[in-house]
Amino acid sequence: MSAASNSRLAAPLALGAPLALFFVAFVLAPLLLLAFVSFHNDTDLRDAGVGQYLKFLSDGFNLAVLGNTMWLGLRATLLALVLGFPLALLYSQTPRRWQGALLLVVLLPLLTSSVVRTFAWVVILGRQGIVNSALLELGWIAEPLKLLYTPGAVVVALAQIELPLMVLPLITALANLDGNLTQASRALGAGYWRTFWQITLPLSVPGLLAGGLLVFAASVSAFVTQALVGGGQQVYMPSFMYQQAIEAGNYPFAAAIAMLLLVSVMAVVCLVNTFGRRSKGFVHV
Amino acid sequence: MLFSTGGSGVSIELDHIHHQYGGAVAVESVSLDIQAGELVALLGPSGCGKTTLLRVVAGLTRQTGGSVLIGGEKVDALPTNERGAGIVFQNYALFPHMTVAANVAYGLRARRINAAAARDTAAQMLDLVQMARYASRFPRELSGGQQQRVALARTLAVKPKVLLLDEPFAALDKNLRLDMQIEIKRIQRELGITTVLVTHDQEEAMSMADRIAVMNAGRVEQFDTPEAIYDRPSSLFVANFIGTANLVAGQLLRDGSGYAVDSRDGGRLSIGSAAPCSRVGAVVLATRPEHLAMGTPGDDALSAKVEMVLPLGPSLVYELRLASGDAVKVTQPRTVGSTRYVAGEVVGLRLRPGSPTSVFAA
Repeated sequence: MSAASNSRLAAPLALGAPLALFFVAFVLAPLLLLAFVSFHNDTDLRDAGVGQYLKFLSDGFNLAVLGNTMWLGLRATLLALVLGFPLALLYSQTPRRWQGALLLVVLLPLLTSSVVRTFAWVVILGRQGIVNSALLELGWIAEPLKLLYTPGAVVVALAQIELPLMVLPLITALANLDGNLTQASRALGAGYWRTFWQITLPLSVPGLLAGGLLVFAASVSAFVTQALVGGGQQVYMPSFMYQQAIEAGNYPFAAAIAMLLLVSVMAVVCLVNTFGRRSKGFVHV
Repeated sequence: MLFSTGGSGVSIELDHIHHQYGGAVAVESVSLDIQAGELVALLGPSGCGKTTLLRVVAGLTRQTGGSVLIGGEKVDALPTNERGAGIVFQNYALFPHMTVAANVAYGLRARRINAAAARDTAAQMLDLVQMARYASRFPRELSGGQQQRVALARTLAVKPKVLLLDEPFAALDKNLRLDMQIEIKRIQRELGITTVLVTHDQEEAMSMADRIAVMNAGRVEQFDTPEAIYDRPSSLFVANFIGTANLVAGQLLRDGSGYAVDSRDGGRLSIGSAAPCSRVGAVVLATRPEHLAMGTPGDDALSAKVEMVLPLGPSLVYELRLASGDAVKVTQPRTVGSTRYVAGEVVGLRLRPGSPTSVFAA
């Protein structure tokens, strides 16, 4: 590399240095430490090996927890997609002067703590919660329904809490969509729905995948929501990890669980990216 | 190859179309009768309402007032997809995620034509625009001219009753533009499809259109053939907007059987007739540079001083100034024996015999 390009690179590198150092110290180092701990068969970290991984992968209960967690993430993502796409469409068709207000509504959940949002769901879904009280009042049910502490409740709560992560990339994707394309579709004789399925949806795939990944990654690791809305009966990877580390004091096993969750999420990200790059919604005849 | 389009030869009638965005009036009481098979250009500067008018015909914009009739039928209540109006957008708006063939077949599939038939028609249309070789390409792999051909094929594939073109050549470079203008004119003739072309380029409008509607500030200033618009502009705006116009301020006088315009202190110019304004008084006279001849100064001529001579190959352009201060351009063919004037010379300007002029009330 020539001296000239070296000096041209120096300033950007210097500007990036604080973040890089922070990243190394507080993300990379703990992660490596976690990996190091996970490759030990005993809690005293004397006996190195892959025992923790074998233990996890050979037990049906453990695998079920991993499977449940992934399934939870998938359902929360799909629900967020179904709820988020109309919202993003609404935003893109709203007159500019109202868009600010709508965006605030979309962003509001991000501006409140996830603990607060989770407790709101506890209040809504509890035995004496808003939903049950209303249904009882209306006489539609005789006894309170068990809504809280069910997998469904966790899915609904996560979808709502992570919704902004889905809506924001979708809004960007729809904003990048050339308005003439939908008008051309209409002028060629296509109705609203055909235009949506053939033009709007395929061309918002990039935003859809980005939003989906964000919601998925956030949902599978949402310890607070999973624990509070799911209750004790639903065990997901984050609470399983917590149990093993804090309650059982088995740090190597907890570390192995963390690594497996990380690898699983990364595998999903890679899969979706590959799919996204290949398909991009292209249509041949 | 000759195609019969389902609705070839359908008239378009605009009846007092009025449109405003919020408080701003974009189109003001525009009425146009466009005949079946005609190619009409809506010409005007940007912001004159020509694109809004086109979008109203297409049904992409719902006008505030007035009606659109296509083939004699009111279509105001019909959505875009039921009007039978095919539109080609300025940026072509090809679907980027579909192949060329899928783009062209799109409208047919939307009309529930089966896949095989749609593919056949799409192939025919691509033949028509000489793009058959590119059927399996994606739009981003095509040049601007090729994209335009595909956009045209896609629009024509659904056999629209009328063809609407929104600044279709704006994105093309100059050489390609002329090719595509000829090409589109050829196809339009072949199909006999009524076409409305929106453009801000007067040469494009002149060369392509059967009739031109010159628009300004939401109104149609003149709707006539290119020749009539050039020779007999109905307003000062049209005279100025189309071609080059020499504007000379003066007094209109009767002069024998005809008229003359007396420039303030730069002599006078005899003109045969005074139109559109023939009221004696203060006027502005508009003449074309090629309609003026230079000669010896005299009482029957406008006195002007040569300021600059620009040789443009086949012709010379003289930039002159009248004593009143008005600038005048004269083009002179470079024939053998024609007198060449030099800067600083004082000459007399007379109208070439039989040349049209326009007189507007000042």
